[in-house]
Amino acid sequence: MPETIQPVFVEVVVNGYTYQREVEPRLLLVELLREELGLTGTHVGCDTSYCGACTVLLDGRPVKSCTVLAVQADGSAIETVEGLERDGELHPLQAAFSEHHALQCGYCTPGMLMACKSLLDENPAPGREAIRKGIAGNVCRCTGYQNILAAVEDAATKLRGA
Amino acid sequence: MYPAPFAYHRPASLDEALSLLAAHAGAATVLAGGQSLIPMMKLRVGEFHRIVDIGRLHGLSYIERRGDTVHIGALTRHAQIAASPLAREFALLGDVAGGIADRQVRTMGTIGGGLAMADANACWPCGLRTAGARAVCTSPRGVRTIGVDELIVDSYTTCLASDELITEVQVPLPGAGTGAAYIACKRSAPAYPTVAAGVLIALEGGVCLRARIVLGGAGSTTVVSAEAEAALRGSAVGPEQLAKAAELVVGAASPPADARGSESFKRAMLRSLVVEAGQRALARARGEQTTGGHRYA
Repeated sequence: MPETIQPVFVEVVVNGYTYQREVEPRLLLVELLREELGLTGTHVGCDTSYCGACTVLLDGRPVKSCTVLAVQADGSAIETVEGLERDGELHPLQAAFSEHHALQCGYCTPGMLMACKSLLDENPAPGREAIRKGIAGNVCRCTGYQNILAAVEDAATKLRGA
Repeated sequence: MYPAPFAYHRPASLDEALSLLAAHAGAATVLAGGQSLIPMMKLRVGEFHRIVDIGRLHGLSYIERRGDTVHIGALTRHAQIAASPLAREFALLGDVAGGIADRQVRTMGTIGGGLAMADANACWPCGLRTAGARAVCTSPRGVRTIGVDELIVDSYTTCLASDELITEVQVPLPGAGTGAAYIACKRSAPAYPTVAAGVLIALEGGVCLRARIVLGGAGSTTVVSAEAEAALRGSAVGPEQLAKAAELVVGAASPPADARGSESFKRAMLRSLVVEAGQRALARARGEQTTGGHRYA
């Protein structure tokens, strides 16, 4: 007889707010964010750990939230695209993406922004090659990446000056 | 996509993890970083009714050098290894750890998980076999140390008992005059390697004393060839010897034709990777600091 699956208590801090939920062990982090917490800024793209659209930061490090169980994230701090804007001001990366037309359809953008944020957190002055490698896990089917590279370089300059 | 429902355990200690594995002999699956396992669970490749999540066994995350061996805790993430001084000191480990998939996967994925999954195309099995690494395996019965070449017996199959866990990877550090390199050919960064080659060369007085050549994606497990390694020994490892060794080791391989490429494409790519990894290993054996990424095709 199949046993009853016990739900698991999970506490996460998302963009500075603490959330507690009882979840099924199989719930994915991206589903916790989107379905349970209503934070739909994080997108599900390929759902197979390939495209990076679902990238969020887990304790400051980029992860593909479609390939992390919510229970694995228990006790962690998570940053999503919703946390980038502060007091009505776009994050310098968001502003640079807008200025440089670093998006067209925008589907990959939340994951791309979070991957770029973690890249700049680690390396405030990346060259083009480092940016390319830094976003190698994020697929964009519209832009051809050139404007994304330009936006990240520009944002890096502004962040260093700030 | 949701994985099928599973019972979940998150042991707080190694003893608790081992007890759980013993109590559910053969019916429990170990979750480390999950970067291979979770996609398999979502795609419902295999059945996973009970998961033992060892992600909180923080005591299994370390990189320690003792003498001429580096001890890497099984739960050490690829990103931690790539960022450690070790990745520069033994560049082969940097090639592997820094080149697995993308930054997101390297945040979560672990060296122990990468070995235990025993995917014939994956980076750690090929890279660690090239390095002559050993896996420390712990069960309620005690601890045993197994060479990576013996650990992995078939595709997705290790010789681990159902209550046994890889707890550490031991890598012998190369002495002066020894260099090694690992290069994969991938369709894109997040993809598994289509094929890969690791080469280790030990020089003495400019002559090859010992060589190791390991192929990934070339059969149901990694592939080696004593004849190929013999072709390098006693030589200065020129282009001729490297080409000969590549020919011999690829002759011993049986790369499957699949969506990643035809068999003939894979054989040609493997030959070329062996030569390139051999040249890079040679340069490193001579003390040059060379780096270079994977190939994309």
